[in-house]
Amino acid sequence: MAWILRNLWLIPALPTLAAGISALLPQRRRAMSAGLAIGSMSLSLLLALCAFAHTLAEPARQVFNFRWMQFGAEWVSLGWVLDPLTAVMLVMVTFVGLLIFLFSVGYMAHDENFTRFFCFLSLFSGAMLGVVIANSLLLLFMCWEIVGLTSYLLIGFWYQRPSAAAAAKKAFITTRIGDLGLLLGMVWLYGQTGTLLFYDHGAGCMEHGALSLLTAQTTSIGMAVSTAIGLLIFCGAVGKSGQVPLHVWLPDAMEGPTPVSALIHAATMVAAGVFLVARTYPLMSASLPDAASAATTALQVIAWVGAITAVFAALIAVAQNDIKRILAYSTVSQLGYMMLGLGVGGVAVGMFHLITHAFFKALLFLGAGSVIHGCSDEQDIRRMGGLRRWMPVTFATYAAGMLALCGFPLFAGFWSKDEILHAAHGWSISQGPFYLGAFGALLTAFYMTRQVCYVFFGRYRSGAAHTADAQHAHGHDHAAHAASKPHESPAVMTVPLTILAVFAVLLGFAGTPAWPWFASFLGGEPLSLDFRRFAENGILPLMLASSLIVIAGLALGWWLYGRKPVEDADAPDVLERAQPGIFHALQNRLYVDEFYSWTIIRLARWGAVLSDWLDRRVWNGVVQLVAWTVRACGWFDASVDSYVVNAGFDESCRGVSGSGRFFSMLQNGQVQRYLRTVGIALAVLMVLLLWSRRG
Amino acid sequence: MSGAPWITLLTLLPLAGGVAALITRSARAARWISAAFGGAALLLTIALWHSFSPASGILQFQERHAWLPALGLEYHVGADGLGLLMLALSAIVVLMSIAASWKNEEHGALYYALVLFLEAGLFGTFTALNFVHWFLFWELSLIPAFFLVRLWGGPARARAATQFFLYTMVGSVALLLAFLLLFLATGSFDFIDLAGLARNGQLSGLLAQNLHWPGWSGDEIAALICCGAFLGFAVKVPVVPFHTWLPSAYAEAPSSTTMLLTGAMSKMGLYGFLRVLLPIFPAQMQHLQTPLLWLAVASIVLPAFAAWAQTDLKRIFAYSSINHLGYCLLGICAVLRVTGANTALAAEKAAAMNGVLLQMFNHGLTAAALFWFVALLERRSGGLRGLDDFGGLRKAAPVFCGLMGIALFSSLGLPGLNGFPGEFLIFKGSFPLTPRAASISVLGLLMTAVFLLTILQKVFSGPLSERWAAFPDLTTAERALLLPALALMLVLGVYPQLILSLVNGTALQLVSQLRF
Repeated sequence: MAWILRNLWLIPALPTLAAGISALLPQRRRAMSAGLAIGSMSLSLLLALCAFAHTLAEPARQVFNFRWMQFGAEWVSLGWVLDPLTAVMLVMVTFVGLLIFLFSVGYMAHDENFTRFFCFLSLFSGAMLGVVIANSLLLLFMCWEIVGLTSYLLIGFWYQRPSAAAAAKKAFITTRIGDLGLLLGMVWLYGQTGTLLFYDHGAGCMEHGALSLLTAQTTSIGMAVSTAIGLLIFCGAVGKSGQVPLHVWLPDAMEGPTPVSALIHAATMVAAGVFLVARTYPLMSASLPDAASAATTALQVIAWVGAITAVFAALIAVAQNDIKRILAYSTVSQLGYMMLGLGVGGVAVGMFHLITHAFFKALLFLGAGSVIHGCSDEQDIRRMGGLRRWMPVTFATYAAGMLALCGFPLFAGFWSKDEILHAAHGWSISQGPFYLGAFGALLTAFYMTRQVCYVFFGRYRSGAAHTADAQHAHGHDHAAHAASKPHESPAVMTVPLTILAVFAVLLGFAGTPAWPWFASFLGGEPLSLDFRRFAENGILPLMLASSLIVIAGLALGWWLYGRKPVEDADAPDVLERAQPGIFHALQNRLYVDEFYSWTIIRLARWGAVLSDWLDRRVWNGVVQLVAWTVRACGWFDASVDSYVVNAGFDESCRGVSGSGRFFSMLQNGQVQRYLRTVGIALAVLMVLLLWSRRG
Repeated sequence: MSGAPWITLLTLLPLAGGVAALITRSARAARWISAAFGGAALLLTIALWHSFSPASGILQFQERHAWLPALGLEYHVGADGLGLLMLALSAIVVLMSIAASWKNEEHGALYYALVLFLEAGLFGTFTALNFVHWFLFWELSLIPAFFLVRLWGGPARARAATQFFLYTMVGSVALLLAFLLLFLATGSFDFIDLAGLARNGQLSGLLAQNLHWPGWSGDEIAALICCGAFLGFAVKVPVVPFHTWLPSAYAEAPSSTTMLLTGAMSKMGLYGFLRVLLPIFPAQMQHLQTPLLWLAVASIVLPAFAAWAQTDLKRIFAYSSINHLGYCLLGICAVLRVTGANTALAAEKAAAMNGVLLQMFNHGLTAAALFWFVALLERRSGGLRGLDDFGGLRKAAPVFCGLMGIALFSSLGLPGLNGFPGEFLIFKGSFPLTPRAASISVLGLLMTAVFLLTILQKVFSGPLSERWAAFPDLTTAERALLLPALALMLVLGVYPQLILSLVNGTALQLVSQLRF
């Protein structure tokens, strides 16, 4: 067994250990905390590269399983797996994570809870890497939940803001709704197959034996058991990856510090849902051997949910004014694309977009962080403007990220998104997802252009109406020159931006139609360079079409926002003037939050009040009733006692004592009374005798 | 460790400690005595644990002496994995409770004596195998609890203590009557003998033959007796709707006593289910399984919702406690679903039963820790513990918040902490056995997250108000005392096998008692 396989656990363990040590450090040991986090992450990156190199040389899947806990004669086993999917994710998470750690050193430099921040970041990385290497749905679930915890802690990092505390709670609970589906799917899968190990030399639940068992059975509603379990597991992915209808937590999660948004809510954690679907893809795509179509019900649901999410979130992004919220909705939308890719094209298609997106979205978020940092914690794009002059590095890298996100030809996003659209185009079930995806691409180009125009072009619109958050965490010496011009960020922040920008431009070339290295690596297929593939399967026309769509979106954005830069920060948006009704609906996120708070939350609240009422009135009422009945019995008993038993007894006693008194009166020792009695008695006897004689 | 009457010694140990604490009359000395005797009891429990051979899971360290042979009375004690687990839990929770009330000046020598008497009652209950002295201990534990609530409780303590006492007393009377009937019919008070009769199917025959109730068949009498015994245990657990004594008792009791009530005493009811109801009335329990199952679901879901409507931290945790024990009931009811020949689901039953045992221990540990934190909070706030009384405490007391956060997340069932493995095993076992009930029960998991996170949000987050600006953080001593409990949570979350290796054999034994 290879050394790296046996020691794969070190990759998540190192950051977790760093988090543990850092948790015990006093707040003032800032350098040590950051050093531990960055050092452990660097080591993990090295190990991840080793693992990657190992899979390059030997792409066959290898597993290491061990026993965790016992019930009856059986054991719950956990384990880790080393395959191309794991290796790619490991490298991505450690590399992007490391860059974001470095960036955070600059961004969080003045935060009083700096030590805690790195503790939480390290714990997050450890748990996320655990999700990636897990060879057991249970281990994956456990790490998944811990990832959720760290997300909760980091969204609410600035806990003194009520909005941050509320957003953190919302994120945890919303994702937990999905996780409960995942839990049920997991125990069902366990019950059916008797194992939660994905791969176990033929006995795992993602291997042929278990899958054929699952597809052969049907549930009471006529669905294959594999589909039902797959959909339950997908619930977890919907929650974690912010898919409609559980997307509401992700934009609110932007309350956390910007590096957190970049690491957790753009690059890695939210992609865990996509990764989960990729990991359980054999289950999702399992169908009976004689099934007519390759697209199972589970995959169809995934594709449709993804496509709808892609457009839904992109629409909302058009009307947002907070730089991070635009990126958040963009993330939701891109996660939709990944799901769509998994649904219609398979693991490689979705995962490729996941990887490229991780780089360019982390870049965009860090860029946004740099902008926010440079503009004294301003997040409203209407109060920025013209920043390209003051922040050239940030601008250049942000532009690269933006073009990659839009899918501008030759940038990373172009290749990965195109693959998704191509797969959607060739989907046998419906063309709907393809058109939704294409429309989403147009919207993406449009809202990103709008954002960039607002932020980097035109005139700097901050000034008097400056609304810096009174509690903003990185105190900085901003206060001194709050009204002054924006400034470029220090090197510790711009260097990670530059590195990420290079990847945002170049990474796409790892998966072009001519040289599909990524797909062949994940699929374990031979690789060749062949430019003729562009001409096959209508790839080239589709690429041209999608390029045109992107350019149209860019042009439209420039036409509306760039041609005549916005002058007044408080003036209504161009679109708002044109279509105020639609714009306001989009600005209010299509009222989904309001809808939930009026329905589900209210219902749950009623449930709480009802349960409390049941307790206080009904159950307790019954108890009180019993108590009163007992009391009534007691009262009745007491009455019987005092008025019947007692009174009767008293009465008879009184009778006895009365007669006693009478008799005692007869014997009180007075001779006169005796004589009188004798006399009276004699008289009475005489009368009686005479009376009887006469009768 | 064979030979010596270890179990009897273990029960006498806190009793002696209690007497010693009473004699000293000084609170300081009583505190140290109670800690010493509590610690010694824990050490003895650990020693027993060590010499226990877990593979078979049967009763060990048995002592059996004739007492009043004419009345079928014997002194019969012993412990299996279940008993040992409960002994260990009681010993740990009692120590935690003593630590929590360490600095409390109101608690005099009598307080600590009562705590030790309560511990003796718990030990006796968890080891007795003959109804008569089991029942004595069962009641003996109630009396110190009553006085602890009555003498040191909150403003409405008189009412709460009386309600608590009377409520459990009704259950106890039902239990007593049930066992008197059993004795009249069989001439035995011994749990093991009665279970043997039930397993052989002789019990209902004996009941019909010896009780001569006109118009009642033996099975009907057995069902009646089972219901009586069930009532006694259901009140103690408690099962919805027999739970209304609990929130007020938990809220009015001093927090260090609530730790005992929820950490150890609430397990007496579940212990009764496992030691008495399932082995002696397997057929009757099986008849009752459907209503029981829905009561279990109600015990999970309704309190979870009700907890969200509370504003008193202790009431929230009280409801949360009912909810957590509801999962144990769910596991027990799931095991009842399928009996007899169906061996395909044997693994599921073993999983559910192991989960129940794990959950019993973990709930005791976590709930006791949570009430400990409430005690610490009350001491700092002058008795305030409303959800809306605080805000932003994390700023003033970050360590307090962090450590209480660990306990809260353990209660929430976060993987990596002790709550998760038990709940996972219960759901793993219950879902295949009763999918619908298990699916509804996950609502409880969701609501638990809702109300626990609401606590974190309202008490610890937000701006720190002026009033609490000087809220003191945990002292070094308090941290050191809390640390073992929190470390145990982490250890059991990562390595649940520590407990499972002890109880697995017993869990199988308990499950096999239902195979008739």
